[in-house]
Amino acid sequence: MMPRLSSIVPESCLLIVVGLLVGGLMKLVAEVPPVLESKIFFLYLLPPIILDAGYFMPIRQFTENLGTILMFAVVGTLWNAFFVGGLLYGVCQFEGHRLVNVDLLSCLLFGSIISAVDPVAVLAVFEEIHINELLHILVFGESLLNDAVTVVLYHLFEEFSSVGTITVMDVFLGVVCFLVVSLGGIVVGAIYGLLAAFTSRFTSHTRVIEPLFVFVYSYMAYLSAEVFHLSGIMALIACGAVTRPYVEANISHKSHTTIKYFLKMWSSVSDTLIFIFLGVSTVAGPHEWNWIFVVATLILCLVARVLGVVGLTFVINKFRIVKLTSKDQFIIAYGGLRGAIAFSLVYLLNTDHFPKRNMFLTAIITVIFFTVFVQGMTIRPLVDLLAVKKKQETKRSINEEIHTQFLDHLLTGIEGICGHYGHHHWKDKLNRFNKKYVKKCLIAGERSKEPQLIAFYHKMEMKQAIELVESGGGSKLPSAVPSTVSMQNIQPKKSPQDRALPQLSKAREDEIRKILRTNLQKTRQRLRSYNRHTLIADPYEDGWNEILIKRKRMMELEKKISQMNNYLTVPAPAPDSPTIARARLASDPQAWGLKSLTESIPTIKVDLASPQSPESFNMVDEIGKKGSQSKASEEEDGLTMKVPSMTKPRKDKTANEDDDKEPQQRLMRCLSDPGPAGEEDEEDEPFLH
Amino acid sequence: MDLEQNDVSLEQIAILHNRFKQLSQNEETLRRDDLKTIQDLESNPIRSQIIEAFFDSRNFQNDGVGSVEEIGFEEFLTVMSYFRAPPQHITEEQREKIRRSKLRFLFNMHDTDNDGTITLEEYRHVVEELLSRSGALGRETAKGIADAAMLEVASISVGPMAPDDFYEGITFEHFLKILNGVEIETNMHIRFLNMDATVLCK
Repeated sequence: MMPRLSSIVPESCLLIVVGLLVGGLMKLVAEVPPVLESKIFFLYLLPPIILDAGYFMPIRQFTENLGTILMFAVVGTLWNAFFVGGLLYGVCQFEGHRLVNVDLLSCLLFGSIISAVDPVAVLAVFEEIHINELLHILVFGESLLNDAVTVVLYHLFEEFSSVGTITVMDVFLGVVCFLVVSLGGIVVGAIYGLLAAFTSRFTSHTRVIEPLFVFVYSYMAYLSAEVFHLSGIMALIACGAVTRPYVEANISHKSHTTIKYFLKMWSSVSDTLIFIFLGVSTVAGPHEWNWIFVVATLILCLVARVLGVVGLTFVINKFRIVKLTSKDQFIIAYGGLRGAIAFSLVYLLNTDHFPKRNMFLTAIITVIFFTVFVQGMTIRPLVDLLAVKKKQETKRSINEEIHTQFLDHLLTGIEGICGHYGHHHWKDKLNRFNKKYVKKCLIAGERSKEPQLIAFYHKMEMKQAIELVESGGGSKLPSAVPSTVSMQNIQPKKSPQDRALPQLSKAREDEIRKILRTNLQKTRQRLRSYNRHTLIADPYEDGWNEILIKRKRMMELEKKISQMNNYLTVPAPAPDSPTIARARLASDPQAWGLKSLTESIPTIKVDLASPQSPESFNMVDEIGKKGSQSKASEEEDGLTMKVPSMTKPRKDKTANEDDDKEPQQRLMRCLSDPGPAGEEDEEDEPFLH
Repeated sequence: MDLEQNDVSLEQIAILHNRFKQLSQNEETLRRDDLKTIQDLESNPIRSQIIEAFFDSRNFQNDGVGSVEEIGFEEFLTVMSYFRAPPQHITEEQREKIRRSKLRFLFNMHDTDNDGTITLEEYRHVVEELLSRSGALGRETAKGIADAAMLEVASISVGPMAPDDFYEGITFEHFLKILNGVEIETNMHIRFLNMDATVLCK
């Protein structure tokens, strides 16, 4: 029963019900149920949710739709506020004795509080219905940005109601105030975001507290903004959005995971608490029920929302390329949920100035309940009914990424040819400014020069490698796509002149490649661990890398052992001590080099250029002598191995590092295998020089 | 010249004509060098490919092939019309047609030897160009990325392949498939060609 229940009823509703039950219980026991105190709400419960939203905001879609979002947020909220407030005043005047003393300003204040779409409620409901990204970002963006409007209107009307009269000057000042509040909030957030990014540049030695910087700076941004009566929510969003690209380039993989999970955890907890408290406060709070007021509020809110959305879309569609259809408009209107922010704001009202505060509270709770329960529950079947486009679950492929970038540059170029400075041009300018100055300041080391495409590629490779390790290794080699298509299918056929060379069967080529890769990795492993300076600051970080390599090695070794005729006493696969593993591989004659099969594939001289542990070296020596006899009877056709004379490498131990690098590079180019070897070769270049 | 779906309004034609005259220094035809003088293109990594696209007869919608040395205003306008936004009320079929024509333009940009497929070499070239202005990162990464991308196309388009099968290159159909997720018809447009009142910079 439980799973079915949660598929019909959104989580937020269930939590409110739980809150109601808890409140009811407490009342039965004649305890006073705690109310959702505004201070707790605004200081502790709200920031994590907003930070989570801001940090993981999809910047590209947000900026593409910024105009639309701003229209909805600013103009839409203003329209709602005045419509609801004004008409409610009218209703009160009409009505009768109890409502006559509700003056215009109170109504307008109430209207402004209740008209704001609530990000918490929207997130809670929309996350479960998985609609397409455009609609999601529109409604969600609106719910975030309308905070500035709400703050301004709220303070304005509060001030006015104590003063009593309004002049045109005041209205004008109100507009100025709005600009200051919103832009100020954004600026404050951006400053803290840049500070956080700058700090993270130097944290390579203190990886453990990296997440803390992100959280602390963001929270400080929120507090600073709230102290000056600027929009704290916008500050938080700006901070998260600005911080993210730079911090992610600087911090370690584990810190990134930590930040992600902490944010998700905190926002989940806050979310839950908010809804439960809402339920409890409903039972607890002082209520004053007035049928007419409440019903009028409800109806006016809905009507205002629909009218606002339809009217605005009409105007907006003139400027949009991807027009908003009526289905979209319906979802946007229907998704305008109210939530706990409105409740808390009403709760903050002073009863002296607002004698009807309790009535407001009741009305707001009713509206919240209605939107969350009725709209929240029905939006999912409606989405299915109207066949609204859902979110596409496909992973972003590298082809799409390449072409998105390509398209960006193409459009910028065409704009240049046209002579028109459109928004591609400015976006391009911003990107270049970012790359030239900002990234250099804020990102540590080499990564500041890493273009986006490469960063994306690295991320993808890492993800796949992690998946490989988690799935237990296996004989799958990590490639961009786990399928039976491999590089040999893509490589162009050999041109006629190459046909003179002895043909290798594809399987043999594969084996050679594997051997080479293992070999190269082995060399690198050895180099890395014997040179203290190359020990990375966070050795635990590359643990997965080691596991991956070891696993592969084990697999391949077992395969090789089963294939080989054993002249040599190869010890049974021992437990995984690095020196033993290395020694084992060192004793493997196959690993020691290949005869030049063709003129184009040079011999690998795996140079023992670094100080060796004595045992493995001696073993090599012995085996080498034996090995030169054994490979004559190798079972593989067409492949004869010739181990290069072992004495030479020993003498050349210290020299010929360039030699070592060169054949490797030539091989790399020859076989052109985009496996992890390709990646690591880059990183190791400095070592080999 | 087929201006059906890609209509450009009279006013925009006039503006583009002015620009054409400006670029070609009041001559009748435009040459590659004229486009190379544009300052804004200096920092664009795929500059040469963009310029080449203007002189590629495949884009002139008259079934030509090969590249030309100079173009007239008609060809200039034709190429520009690829960047027009699709009109609002069109059928699925028309939308698909527009999408195909825009993707064909992109395909032609990649397929430099005009054999109908994008080979590994050509794709590598594309990625290298993209990364060329982005500073010193070895050709290895560019190659790695291009290889990975090709692998992806191959496995999405063709599915599992035996070790001896050989994937020639990306055909136009595969190209369509792989870019299914990118909304070309709406993304590939210049706003200028959509609004009637524009502010032009010199």
